[in-house]
Amino acid sequence: MATAFSAAKFGTQFFPVGTRSHENPLFGHLKTPACSFLGSTRRLRFSSASKLNQINSHRRSVVVAVSDVVKEKKSKSTSNLFLLLFIPAHSIQLITKEEGLELYEDMILGRAFEDMCAQMYYRGKMFGFVHLYNGQEAVSTGFIKLLKKEDSVVSTYRDHVHALSKGVPARAVMSELFGKTTGCCRGQGGSMHMFSKEHNLLGGFAFIGEGIPVATGAAFTSKYRREVLKEADCDHVTLAFFGDGTCNNGQFFECLNMAALWKLPIVFVVENNLWAIGMSHLRATSDPQIYKKGPAFGMPGIHVNGMDVLKVRAVAQTAIARARSGEGPTLVECETYRFRGHSLADPDELRDPAEKAHYAARDPITALKKYLIENNLATEVELKAIDKKIEEVVEDAVEFADESPHPTRSQLLENVFADPKGFGIGPDGRYRCEDPKFTEGTAQV
Amino acid sequence: MAAIFHGVGAATALSPSPSHSVDSKKFQLAPSRSLSARKGRIAVVRSDSSVNLSLNSRGRKDHLWIPNAVATKTDDSAASTASKSGHEILLFEALREGLEEEMDRDPHVCVMGEDVGHYGGSYKVTKGLAEKFGDLRVLDTPIAENSFTGMGIGAAMTGLRPVVEGMNMGFLLLAFNQISNNCGMLHYTSGGQFTIPVVIRGPGGVGRQLGAEHSQRLESYFQSIPGIQMVACSTPYNAKGLMKAAIRSENPVILFEHVLLYNLKERIPDEDYICNLEEAEMVRPGEHVTILTYSRMRYHVMQAAKTLVNKGYDPEVIDIRSLKPFDLYTIGNSVKKTHRVLIVEECMRTGGIGASLTAAINENFHDYLDAPIVCLSSQDVPTPYAGTLEEWTVVQPAQIVTAVEQLCQ
Repeated sequence: MATAFSAAKFGTQFFPVGTRSHENPLFGHLKTPACSFLGSTRRLRFSSASKLNQINSHRRSVVVAVSDVVKEKKSKSTSNLFLLLFIPAHSIQLITKEEGLELYEDMILGRAFEDMCAQMYYRGKMFGFVHLYNGQEAVSTGFIKLLKKEDSVVSTYRDHVHALSKGVPARAVMSELFGKTTGCCRGQGGSMHMFSKEHNLLGGFAFIGEGIPVATGAAFTSKYRREVLKEADCDHVTLAFFGDGTCNNGQFFECLNMAALWKLPIVFVVENNLWAIGMSHLRATSDPQIYKKGPAFGMPGIHVNGMDVLKVRAVAQTAIARARSGEGPTLVECETYRFRGHSLADPDELRDPAEKAHYAARDPITALKKYLIENNLATEVELKAIDKKIEEVVEDAVEFADESPHPTRSQLLENVFADPKGFGIGPDGRYRCEDPKFTEGTAQV
Repeated sequence: MAAIFHGVGAATALSPSPSHSVDSKKFQLAPSRSLSARKGRIAVVRSDSSVNLSLNSRGRKDHLWIPNAVATKTDDSAASTASKSGHEILLFEALREGLEEEMDRDPHVCVMGEDVGHYGGSYKVTKGLAEKFGDLRVLDTPIAENSFTGMGIGAAMTGLRPVVEGMNMGFLLLAFNQISNNCGMLHYTSGGQFTIPVVIRGPGGVGRQLGAEHSQRLESYFQSIPGIQMVACSTPYNAKGLMKAAIRSENPVILFEHVLLYNLKERIPDEDYICNLEEAEMVRPGEHVTILTYSRMRYHVMQAAKTLVNKGYDPEVIDIRSLKPFDLYTIGNSVKKTHRVLIVEECMRTGGIGASLTAAINENFHDYLDAPIVCLSSQDVPTPYAGTLEEWTVVQPAQIVTAVEQLCQ
C-alpha cells in the first residue's frame, strides 16, 4: 500500500499536523475545578509547560520523540531518524477496500468475542481471571494484521484478541477459555496463557513484564538466525504488547536496553489504557509520557492515538519495517482505553464516568466504520454482512467449546516435561514415565 | 594446598604410605590427579576446598594422609578405557570442553551471561569461546538477570538452545520470576507446544569467606519448581558429562557447580560421553551405612570415610548428582542393603535438598530402615564472613564421622 513514510532523509522531530478541529471537548470538561480526578493524560499534558505538550494539545495524532543518540548517527544510514509524515485521514486513501474490510472484520471479531466471553463467564462456563480487551481493538488489529505468519507476538493476560488477530481460530481460543482439550493449549493455560506455535503466539503471561524478555529472546533468535546460522532471509519481527503499569517495571527497562544495544528486531507496543486495575497511570508514574523512555535507551519513541486503527497501522508499518531492516527496536505508546473493567471481577468503580464516555465516543470500530463508509470503501450492507458473519463465527466457537471434551486424567502429567524422563527413576529402576499409571495420570511423581 | 586420597585397589587396609611423609609443599607444586572413580588406580585429589585450609590450620594433617578411601568405578562405562588414554583436566576446563563440544556439534547452542564473552567467564568456564564462536553466540549481557534469563527462555522457545550463566548462582534470585514462571511452566501452559531446552548454570555454594550473599545454595529454592531438572556436578568427569547431557536435553536443566571445586583435576576420556541426568553416582560401595551427598560435600564425606574405615566402618557413599528428580533406584538399592541413611548436604537445614530426600526415602523405603534418617545440613544461618564462623555453618568431616558412629550403634 502506498505509504507516506519513506525511508528517506529525516529532519526535525516534530511535524505539526493538521487535524480537523482544535477543539477538544475533553479539555474543557476536565478544566473545571470540580473534577479533581486525574483521569486522563490529556490534562497533564495540557497543563505542562513543555513545547511537546502544547503541540500535543493541538492534535491527537502522532508524536515522535527522537533521541539525541539517534540523531547523531544521522550520517550512517538513511533511515536513522524516524519521522512520520501524517496526512489527515480525508486527503489520502490510506487503505484499500480489502484492507479496510480485513481491519473491520478483525476488530469486530475481537469485540464480539470478548462480549461473548463476558456472557459465558457469567453463565459459569469459564472461571478465574478473565481480562477483556473491549475498546483496545485498534491496537491489536493495527499492528498484528501487518505481520507475517513467522513473526511473533508476545502479549500479557489480556491476550484473547491478540491471539485472534494473529490467526488463532476463535474455536481454539474459546475452548481454551472453557478449559477443554481442544483449546489452543489443551485447556492447560487458560485465559491468561494463550500460546500457538503454529501462529507464533508466544503467550499469554500472567505476571506483567515477564513476557517482555521472552519477546526479546524471540527477536534475538531472529537476529541469531540471520547472523550466526546464516539464514539470510530471516527477518522475523517480534511484537511485545504490554500496558502502562508494566512500564514502571524493571524488566521493561532492562529489555529496552538490550534490544537497543543489539538492535533486535522487536517493537515494544505499550497499550496505555491509563489504568492498572485501580491505579491510575498518573498516580504511579513520575513521567507519564511513556514514549519518552524510548530515546533514553537509544530507540525512537512514538506516541499514537490508539483508538484510531489507521493511525496505529501507519505507525506500526514504519516500526515493523525498521525492525525488519535490522535497524533495531521502536517503542510505540498507544493511547487507548478499555471499556470494561480490568477483569470480569473488577467492579470498575474508580474510573470517572466522564472519562469512560469520552473514550466510548472514540470507539475504534465506530470510527473505522465511519471512515470506510465516508470514503466509499464499503457499504453499510457489506459491513453488516461482516457483523453477521462474525456473530456466527463466535457462536460456532461457543458451540464447539461446549461440545468439546474436558481433559481426562491422563493429560495431567503429559506436558510437564518435554522429555518425560525428567520425572526420574522410580524405586523399581524404571523411569517413572514408563509406569502405566503415568499415562493414566495417577502415578506418584 | 592438596588433599590427597589414595585409592589402592580394593584394599581397605590402612597403612600410611611412605610417600606421605613428603612435605606438603612438594604436593602443592606437583601436578595432581583428581579423585578418580576407577578401581586399582592411585588417585589424587587436589582441591581448593576450605576444608583443607581449616584442617591444615588445626594441624590435623593425619586425616589427610591416610591412604584408604576406596573410590570405585562410577556407573559410567567409559571409565575403563580412561585408564589407558584420556587427558587430565581441571573441572572448569571440563565444563568448557563439554560446552565447546556441544557448540561445535550444534550451531543452535549459544551462551549468554555476564562476562562470559570477552572476559571468558568469571570462573573461566567460557574462556576462548567468544573468540572462536563470535560475540553473538557467546553473548555478554548487561547486568539484568531476570531479563536475560527470560531472553534465553524466549530464544529457547523459538529454536535456540541457550546456556544461561549466572555469574554466581545467588544472582539468579533476580531471575526467579523467569525461572519459576516461564522456564518451568511454559511447556505445560502452552499445552506442550513450546519446549524450553535451556541450561541454567553457575557456581554456588559456600566458598572461602565470600560472605553471605555469595554463598547461597539455590538448589533448595528452585527444587519445588515443576518442570525443571536440577543436577549438581562434583568431578571433572561428571561436570563435562552433565553439561553435555543438559545441553542435549529437551527439558530445562539447572546445573549447579561449586565455587570451590573448579580446580579439581582428573583424567577423563577423550571420546564423547555424557552422564545421565537422572542417575546417581556410586562413589564407594559399602555395607554399613548409606551416605547420600552431592557437590562439595562429597569430598567432606570421602574425607570422613577414610577416618571411618580406619575405625572399622564400611560406608557406602553415593553422590546423588540429580537433585531433582532423585534417583530412587540407586538410593533405594543402597538403603535396602545398609538399612541406615545419612544425608550430608550443604543446603540449609530448613527446606533443603536433604529435607526433601529424607521425606522421599521415608515414604518409599520406610520398611527398610533400621534407624531414623540423619540429615546433616548447614546451619540456618547467613554464611558469616569470618573463617571460623563460616566453617561452623558448614558440615565438617568430623561431624560426619560422629553421625555415622551414632547411627551405627
